Amino acid sequence: MMNSQGRVTRIAGTGSVAETFTGNKALMLEEPLLFERGAVDRCGVDLDDVPVVQDRLGGLARTAPINLPGLSEPETVRHYTRLSRQNYAIDLGIFPLGSCTMKHNPRLNEKMARLPGFADIHPLQPQPTVQGALQLIDTLATWLKLLTGMPEVAMSPKAGAHGELCGMLAIRAALEARGDARSVVLVPESAHGTNPATAAFCGYAVENIPANARGRVDVEALLARLGPDVAAVMITNPNTCGLFEPDMVAICDAVHAAGGFVYCDGANFNAIVGRVRPGDLGIDAMHINLHKTFSTPHGGGGPGSGPVVFSAALAQFAPLPFVRKTKDGFELVEEAQAKASSDHDHSFGRMVAFHGQMGMFVRALAYMMSHGADGLRQVAEDAVLNANYILASLKDVYTAPFAATGPCMHEALFSDDFLEGTGLTTLDLAKAMIDEGFHPMTMYFPLVVHGAMLVEPTETESRASLDQLIGAMRSIAERMLADPDAWRTSPHLAPRRRLDETAAARKPVLRYTPGRDAA
Amino acid sequence: MRYLPLTQPDREAMLAVIGAADIDALFIDVPQSARLTAPIAALPLHAPEQTVERALGAMAAKNMTAGTVPFFVGGGAYKHHVPASVDHIIQRGEFLTAYTPYQPEIAQGTLQVLFEFQTQVARLLGMDVANASMYDGSTAMTEAVFMARRVTRRAKALVSAGVHPHYVNVLKTLTQFTDDVVEVGEPALQSGKPGDDIDALMAGIDAETSCVVVQNPNVFGHVADLAPLAQACHAAGALLVVVVTEVVSLGAMMSPGEMGADIVVGEGQSIGNGLNFGGPYLGLFATRDKYVRQMPGRLCGETVDADGKRGFVLTLSTREQHIRREKATSNICTNSGLCALAFSVHMTLLGEKGLRHLASLNHAHAVQLAERLGRIPGVELVTTTFFNEFTLKLPVEARPVVRKLADRGVLGGISLGRLYPGVAALDRGMLVAVTETATDADFDAFEDALDEVLA
Repeated sequence: MMNSQGRVTRIAGTGSVAETFTGNKALMLEEPLLFERGAVDRCGVDLDDVPVVQDRLGGLARTAPINLPGLSEPETVRHYTRLSRQNYAIDLGIFPLGSCTMKHNPRLNEKMARLPGFADIHPLQPQPTVQGALQLIDTLATWLKLLTGMPEVAMSPKAGAHGELCGMLAIRAALEARGDARSVVLVPESAHGTNPATAAFCGYAVENIPANARGRVDVEALLARLGPDVAAVMITNPNTCGLFEPDMVAICDAVHAAGGFVYCDGANFNAIVGRVRPGDLGIDAMHINLHKTFSTPHGGGGPGSGPVVFSAALAQFAPLPFVRKTKDGFELVEEAQAKASSDHDHSFGRMVAFHGQMGMFVRALAYMMSHGADGLRQVAEDAVLNANYILASLKDVYTAPFAATGPCMHEALFSDDFLEGTGLTTLDLAKAMIDEGFHPMTMYFPLVVHGAMLVEPTETESRASLDQLIGAMRSIAERMLADPDAWRTSPHLAPRRRLDETAAARKPVLRYTPGRDAA
Repeated sequence: MRYLPLTQPDREAMLAVIGAADIDALFIDVPQSARLTAPIAALPLHAPEQTVERALGAMAAKNMTAGTVPFFVGGGAYKHHVPASVDHIIQRGEFLTAYTPYQPEIAQGTLQVLFEFQTQVARLLGMDVANASMYDGSTAMTEAVFMARRVTRRAKALVSAGVHPHYVNVLKTLTQFTDDVVEVGEPALQSGKPGDDIDALMAGIDAETSCVVVQNPNVFGHVADLAPLAQACHAAGALLVVVVTEVVSLGAMMSPGEMGADIVVGEGQSIGNGLNFGGPYLGLFATRDKYVRQMPGRLCGETVDADGKRGFVLTLSTREQHIRREKATSNICTNSGLCALAFSVHMTLLGEKGLRHLASLNHAHAVQLAERLGRIPGVELVTTTFFNEFTLKLPVEARPVVRKLADRGVLGGISLGRLYPGVAALDRGMLVAVTETATDADFDAFEDALDEVLA
């Protein structure tokens, strides 16, 4: 209700959430789309005057409008600041996403990545003018090789899945080099979803290997399937059930004996860094998500960085470019010609336009140097300790399918069996956690467990923070079992109630169109 | 170990709750032979903040930074001024430290940004729909070729000689073990239109051609009208894929969509993102509505919540690897979210008016410098139509010239010898990029230094 001056005189509305004139709820602000607020002649930058010249655009100058609205600088800052407040983030609280590793992001890393000597250099500057950058890449590569016990590393892959592609291309190149045409890649059910897609992109047929009742690879099924047509096994270790594959050495030996290679998805390296070197297990290639294990902020969807370490058998197949130490400093080898007579003479090619994610390299090295060899070892220990503490503290309420088989690694896995008969699902529980002020755990993954809930606290959570999460999760479960009907409509307190994802997929609206009514 | 909150008494109490004797008991599944018993000796121990700052600062100080010297390097990465408020906004913790928006109710900020980004990119490229970004321009181009194959069910891509050679290398890498056929033109420095092989491409299209891939402005800076090529592609049932490595050009030039492109990919680094020695960058990907379900990458869509309020979610995930596994349109499971945010903020600050102004400024600077350098004895301006980057033909091999310019404190461009090693026909070529950041003093310094090096 408004008076004649347009002021709200009475809050109208129903229930506990009142309607207001602006749609705002106290400090939670509604924000229209940029396109509903900006204008094509509004501008938030001041630029120099344009010198008068005869244009050289060859008659291709733009005549049609682009229809890009702008905002002044204060309006822009306010638009994005308001939007930012509709996001949950690790800076606000725990992000217990299994398989995603959301840990504290030190601002020192941000400060270092923004040093002009790293942020304001061009990938194609003459190499003598970027010796410090090449030194940084070489130093980071050395850390990665020592931490994994692997002799070679490719730095350029831009993300974990891109690293998988890099590793599998090296495997394919090695097989081609020995004239060995193999057609199949084996992927255990407990592997990440990107693995089958990657194998298919390298031209391989994918066959799944089941998981056993203990949440590990069914080793007998795997060994039985090995043969002269198997190019590689793609295995995630620690796996997506949060468990270490205890037969890893035996698996690698058997795959090698059958003439194949082992690709390890290293997304969960933070669980073993400093305590286990993957090279000692016998794997041939593994990507490392720098953004997970060595903490680059996720930025709401990336970018990440996925360097790949290689065994001696694959080292010479690693991609271009690579950094080489010379008597004068560092050299970046970018060219097929230059690689001849080096130990990379079978490089399979180039993965990206330039040299990889320099910004992430700086952040990762800053994180590694801050922790040191001792601190990184402590990272793995605390990550595993925190996950097992959660497992031990919740397993009497939540169904924990593999708790009886021993400790988990960096993440604890639960199923929704305890909700049977209530009609409630993992999804309802996840949305209830939002109202409790937490980001939900990973849900419905891994696929091998029904109604899976995968909780990864990481090493940067304190015991008090874990106790708070445990308390909330126990309370939600107990209240759900006591009164199931009250829990079908969460969240109530978030910026939005449950969103209709089915409608979004059925009639996709992927851009703003003026005048179209969303509802 | 300032990032680790657990104290030793915490650890002991927690082990007691778990019922484990010690931390080793939690690593019981790791084979004894693979367990490290002590920190890796070859690596240093943990260090305080100031030690790390000093060590990394020393490395950074060894590099010649673009902002401190006359700077004219381009070739797919461009030095533009990024307004201070862009970095301020992307450093807000709620954007910086948020995860992929899998819980849309508490990720509306990121999702609305992606929806706005998709709209901005689609409009800029002149297309119907854009995705939420890719790793970079080169991987986006490769994905476009794979997409054209899915759409046309044909396997042959014709790639223009004017496409950035590193982009071509990435495409070749990812198709070497598939039955895709990639035919690439031979680049030449023909006067007036270096790298322009549109006539040859039109003649080469046949019933097996899935797509023709062409870059505009091309890697030599030359700009061309692609409309006739688009018509030839469509007449033969092939798609036209257009690559844009300098998106600021679209503020001054007709968009690929207006010229008839079916898929437009690009490198979005120029808007909102720094040089960063090659990454992180921002792949742009846009297409026509009818091809949306063949698109790779992440998409954000509009919907409503249980109260009927507008909201946003990630959508069309049935194309993606976590559902389709080996039948997915791509193995990519991420996007360059933070770079997309930076792009979107910068584009919002510019608006159409600012973008057009910025583009005009880039072009005018480039025309001014091209005319000055073209007057140096022995130097030929090869590119006659260009946006903010052009090719010079020098009287001598360009590679040592670029290094000698750097010795004189001028980062003067890229030798084509570096981009095309071993191609003698190009080794006197030098690629020069000019943006709004260059000043008259920079032009003077470059002209004097080049004059001196060539004398």
